[in-house]
Amino acid sequence: MSELKQELKEKIIEQLNLEDVSVDEIANNDPLFGEGLGLDSIDALELIVMLDKDYGIKLADPKEGRKIFESIDTMAAYIAANRSN
Amino acid sequence: MDSVYLSHNNIVSAYGLDSAAAIDGIKNEVSGLTLVNDPDLLPNPFYSSLIDQKNVHEAFLKLNPQEAYTRLEEILLVSLADTLKNSGVPLTDRVGLIISTTKGNIDVLDTDSPFDESRAYLSELGGKIKSFFGFKNEALVLSNACVSGVLALAVAKRLIHQKRYDHVFVVAGDLVSKFILSGFNSFQALSESPCRPYCKTRTGINIGEVGCSVLVTKDKDRLIDASVRILGEASCNDANHISGPSRTGEGLYRSIASAMRQAQLAPKAIDFISAHGTATMYNDEMEAIAFNRAHLQDSPLNSLKGYFGHTLGASGLLETIIGMYSLHSNTLFASLGFQELGVSQPLNIIQETTAKESSVFLKTASGFGGCNTAAIFQKINP
Amino acid sequence: MNMPGHYIKSYCRIANGEISRNGKVLFSDASEEFPAFIKAAYKYFETDYSKFFKMDNLSKLAFMGAEVLLKDQEKNTALVLSNKASSLDTDRKHQAAISDRSGAFASPAVFVYTLPNICMGEISIRHKLYSENSFFIFAEFNPHLLSDYANDLLETGKADEVLCGWVEYDKGKYDAFLYVIAKKGLLPHDTGELTKLYRTK
Repeated sequence: MSELKQELKEKIIEQLNLEDVSVDEIANNDPLFGEGLGLDSIDALELIVMLDKDYGIKLADPKEGRKIFESIDTMAAYIAANRSN
Repeated sequence: MDSVYLSHNNIVSAYGLDSAAAIDGIKNEVSGLTLVNDPDLLPNPFYSSLIDQKNVHEAFLKLNPQEAYTRLEEILLVSLADTLKNSGVPLTDRVGLIISTTKGNIDVLDTDSPFDESRAYLSELGGKIKSFFGFKNEALVLSNACVSGVLALAVAKRLIHQKRYDHVFVVAGDLVSKFILSGFNSFQALSESPCRPYCKTRTGINIGEVGCSVLVTKDKDRLIDASVRILGEASCNDANHISGPSRTGEGLYRSIASAMRQAQLAPKAIDFISAHGTATMYNDEMEAIAFNRAHLQDSPLNSLKGYFGHTLGASGLLETIIGMYSLHSNTLFASLGFQELGVSQPLNIIQETTAKESSVFLKTASGFGGCNTAAIFQKINP
Repeated sequence: MNMPGHYIKSYCRIANGEISRNGKVLFSDASEEFPAFIKAAYKYFETDYSKFFKMDNLSKLAFMGAEVLLKDQEKNTALVLSNKASSLDTDRKHQAAISDRSGAFASPAVFVYTLPNICMGEISIRHKLYSENSFFIFAEFNPHLLSDYANDLLETGKADEVLCGWVEYDKGKYDAFLYVIAKKGLLPHDTGELTKLYRTK
């Protein structure tokens, strides 16, 4: 699980172009949106694509994303439970 | 200041090859949207209004083309040829050409396209249309997301006002392509059913395609029965987000307020609003906020997306042309697909096509990049 | 032709590894590639704006030009930009993603930049400009139409100043020439003057 969390942090920094953020700066329970990493609605859409492309998870309802993408912890838990690759 | 008018026009759409065909469909509340099953465009079936290319091509061959033209070029040329012929305006150096499109010939990027990639440059598209008819001036291509079609009318007016031109032909079009559909799909913005602007049950956009054209002129002798005068127009940015609509409707509200100031009109003078109404959750909500801030919540309002889908860079011009006929036939066209209000502020959605004496309408559009445009048109009796 | 009452307030050029304002070089960098060059410029001008790194090349180019020019601008500054290649650099990226045989995944963060006017949205957000935006495509820099259009915005009170110009990014090559038209300024708002400034590289 900690490997997956590390992987997610690297992917998020890379894919969302978080130029001034390093892996160490993201705590597992930091909020990803709003106050935390300050991700926005386009980032949320990118994360939905990432779930599909890298983990074979298609969200039936994009609104589900809000809960799944709360933090690295919630994302990792969701992926571990639902991944198909 | 010279008055500037909209006159001869044409719409090439799923309804047929002229404006009359589209107006007939709308009057009868028949949607141009159908279920399309084409995995080359999108893996799942989707609703769209597509132009019958066979009809377009037959009409195009009558124009005696000397080389191969792309699908979009054929559509634009067929539309503009009709408007040019009906107008009888000679193409002197006082005549301008504006092309409104978001993506032009973007489908040539596909490796299956028989055309060279260079055709994707919008100035190439402009050059093809200019030389086909022998316009004296370079084509001016406006590519300003989904406000392009109505902004192009403002640009035409402004250039006539600056005495660069006496007449401007505006031609607008975008195709339904894999490029566009896959992008909107990645935005989770496509509806799986015919769209329902402002409705509680709305689930997103349908993408459609049209080509349309209009003569913008200062010459009162060039007007037709459906002509309108441009009373005011403005375009304001949200300065908020590049894809998400403003939560305060900022840019749209400011565009409307500025256009109303220029037109010197009070809200009650607006007989109806031809709004953008894409049927995404956030867009329609944003519009409701802006219209309320502008005290226009009681003006009858429709979105024509339920007939054509969202036709991108053509939508603003298409919907303005429909508005001209709506005004002159004193008929409010129903906002197709609407059942129950699903925005947080009141709006007076036109639920069925009804007669109403009208003289002024407001057209609005909003798009990616935070852009918004509003324009006000007045009925003219030539 | 001279347009009475309107002036070129300031102008900026970004090309060939240099950024200049009013003819004076402010920054130069030997990086061959645009991304490294524009990132070095971002750091040099101490631009603290993390959204910059999410932008496509065209937006980065236009954004840096506006950074150099819009320091004490009027709040109602309209944006009237133009180029030849529209957003084709990003269009090709989106096309490559959806044509990928191993699985087509469009990226929303790429798709949103497949419109040339997005760069004006970025400038509007950065400088809080609730103003007129128009993006034109020409085969080459066309000061005549930009001037007519800017003059109309100023004369009808739609804008107090207008940021005009050319922002081209295509196949790794970049070229920006931006200028602010105002009621006071350095040089008369004259299309001959603009052509001369544009040709001086």
